[in-house]
Amino acid sequence: MTETLLELKGLEVTFKTRRGVLKAVDDLSLTVNKGEILGIVGESGAGKSMTGAAIIGLIDPPGRVSKGEIWFEQERMDEHPQQLRGKQISMVFQDPLTSLNPLRTVGDQLVETILAHMYVTKAQARQRAQDGLAEVGIDPDRINAYPHAFSGGMRQRVVIALALATEPKLVIADEPTTALDVSVQAQVLDLLKKLCRERGTSVILITHDMGVMAQTSDRIAVMYAGRLAEIGDTREVLSNPQHPYTQGLMASTPSVDAKSFGSELFQIPGAMPKLDALPPGCAFNPRCSQAHERCRTSRPPMVSGRAACWLMEDAS
Amino acid sequence: MQRFLQSDFFYAFTRSPLAMVSLLVVVLMVLSAVFANFIAPTNPFDPASLNLMNGFTPPMEANMFTGESFLLGTDDQGRDLFSAILFGLRVSLFVGIMAVGLAMVLGVLLGLIAGYVGGWLDTLIMRLADIQMTFPSILIAMLIFGVARGLLPPELREEMAITVLILSIGLSEWVNFARTVRGSTMVEKEKEYVAAARLIGLNRWQIMLRHILPNVLGPVLVIATITLALAIIAEATLSFLGVGAPRTEPSLGTLIRIGQDFLFSGEWWILLFPALTLLALALSVNLFGDWLRDTLNPRLR
Repeated sequence: MTETLLELKGLEVTFKTRRGVLKAVDDLSLTVNKGEILGIVGESGAGKSMTGAAIIGLIDPPGRVSKGEIWFEQERMDEHPQQLRGKQISMVFQDPLTSLNPLRTVGDQLVETILAHMYVTKAQARQRAQDGLAEVGIDPDRINAYPHAFSGGMRQRVVIALALATEPKLVIADEPTTALDVSVQAQVLDLLKKLCRERGTSVILITHDMGVMAQTSDRIAVMYAGRLAEIGDTREVLSNPQHPYTQGLMASTPSVDAKSFGSELFQIPGAMPKLDALPPGCAFNPRCSQAHERCRTSRPPMVSGRAACWLMEDAS
Repeated sequence: MQRFLQSDFFYAFTRSPLAMVSLLVVVLMVLSAVFANFIAPTNPFDPASLNLMNGFTPPMEANMFTGESFLLGTDDQGRDLFSAILFGLRVSLFVGIMAVGLAMVLGVLLGLIAGYVGGWLDTLIMRLADIQMTFPSILIAMLIFGVARGLLPPELREEMAITVLILSIGLSEWVNFARTVRGSTMVEKEKEYVAAARLIGLNRWQIMLRHILPNVLGPVLVIATITLALAIIAEATLSFLGVGAPRTEPSLGTLIRIGQDFLFSGEWWILLFPALTLLALALSVNLFGDWLRDTLNPRLR
């Protein structure tokens, strides 16, 4: 039996705005097992990043976690101080150009992070920093180099070293390859995956790239308008998507082969509704080709822990 | 050092005669101010050494009573103007630099807090800055100067005159620093390295001082240079108006004020030489500041 590391119970993140309270994350429940890589996919504004920020405690006012619980190793994480969270959970940010302080050497930043969380001397921290750099394939002698001396891919590897420096149990990677060239994306992802597997570290991988997801994650969670649409094993979800939204996402992923050459790419009609104008019932119903009356009036529950869709309920 | 000599910045410097000349003038003036007591033939701050008989000696001419001659002439007290200018330069530069230092520390700190913390603190600080912007800074300085002098016991007034001068100019010039730093801070705090710093549990002050501050200091250097020229002029203005440096320890402004009394009776040199010195100093600092701004601003390159 796999052990649960992180559990979100009915997580809700709200933003107070001029037009009322917006739910960026709406009643989200999911679990992350030990050593597992969970991918979260969804369009821009689906609440992926907000979920990550909520777990790690980086939601800025006017936003706040208004409801729900975050359990981490059988403890209420959301009641822990920031420093404890930072030790157990770390983050790989989207843009390696801005996630390293341009005026401080990479070693300096690694040492600062290590010293903030571990009881080690400065010299030990420095040694650890060098080991960390070596692990991500960067010459440890470059510990005194500034971020501008590294390429984008190398910088992202430094960021990975930084994220793993304190031996966290969970790494949240928020679109770690979006800012990188396609040619180094795979390299960075493989590295992240390899290092986390070696350590038994769990990963929440946030992305909107289905290809990245298929290649890297063990399980996939699909989010739509702040809600969980579908969750399951990667293979299952990709080969047999249950929620019409996931089906649409799959159909609109371009594939490069002779058969699809010249044919038009599928697109899901319409756009994701604004959070201040969500339709009643299922949030996806205006764009869903299979929507029926019930979808427009009441919100579908999670059916057999897989998809939140009335169609699945009807089928069973 | 090697890296500095090879930098674009140094190259731009060697290609700009204006920058080199203005920096040369500034350096010369700073050096002569620092070593004034070695260069100056007399000590103008020592009233006992002055000979009233030497009063109003024109430059390079022998005094009709004592036969002594002075390079730039003497003022009404018989003070050697060349020495007085050197020591006056020292007072002016000291007040200017200290005032800019004060304005910088205050402005940068307030700007950082306003930009990083935001909310009502931001509103409070920036509205305060806006209010202060609506008055000419010399008025603010005079106001602070007057209040401070009023609070001091009379026997301390002479002694504290320079300190009060620094305080009043410093407190009237912080606004530019605060505005610029606030703007850059608001840009920097959105960057992910700040989120990463928060993540490892650093507190606000550690993030502001160790992570954001170094990244917003670039423009501060430029503003500091330009403000230095403003502060030197403000000091001269205050002293000219008679509220600044005392007559016993004249700054350039005080010398100009003394000279102004005698301009129409023909003793032109008492006004002219301190005024020329002030002009050269303020102009060079300003020109160098402008050049710095143009060179360090990537958008103007």
